[in-house]
Amino acid sequence: MATRMSPARRRYTLRLAAGMTAYLITLFLAVTFLRHGNLTGPLAWLLALLPGLSVASVFWAFGRLLVEEDDEYQRMLLVRQSLIATGFTLTIATLWGFLEMFGLVPRVEVFYLVLLWFFGLGIGSCFNGGVGRCGREREEA
Amino acid sequence: MNNRLKALRAERGWSQSDLAERLGISRQSVNAIETGRYDPSLPLAFRIADVFGQPIEMIFLREDAGK
Repeated sequence: MATRMSPARRRYTLRLAAGMTAYLITLFLAVTFLRHGNLTGPLAWLLALLPGLSVASVFWAFGRLLVEEDDEYQRMLLVRQSLIATGFTLTIATLWGFLEMFGLVPRVEVFYLVLLWFFGLGIGSCFNGGVGRCGREREEA
Repeated sequence: MNNRLKALRAERGWSQSDLAERLGISRQSVNAIETGRYDPSLPLAFRIADVFGQPIEMIFLREDAGK
């Protein structure tokens, strides 16, 4: 059965789309003016920060979703999902950090951790789904 | 914690979606409570009790009830 999206989820989806659109636009501008242009000074700093701030807006949107979601069970699932994502990201970062320190793996840019966290959200979602389908679930008659 | 949600729903001929709509939560949440995968907070338990017009202790039962 299809599940209706809650108003909080709808707002989150809109905020996510806005954040990702801002990211694409600011990344394009930053690459154009900083990598291929000769922009320097405070404007260069601002332009270099904008793509990162756009991505950070997604974390803000996720935080707002946790605050605005009225359904407490859905809220619990979201908290669990984000904890799994955070645990996954920190574990990989720690392991990679030691491997990197001993010269066994190449250096990786820190912002890739964000991608890992989003991947971790996917793992958390699968975990939530798996728990939902486990033995005790009984569908309505 | 055990509960009588399914039986109370059946008495009234409500589906999980009907109950979810009355409570203002998702059907998935009703299913999680009904199957014991999630214990509701006190405010939600009171809302459930209000919807069925019964005291909380008639709907939610201790795990060791009846032993």
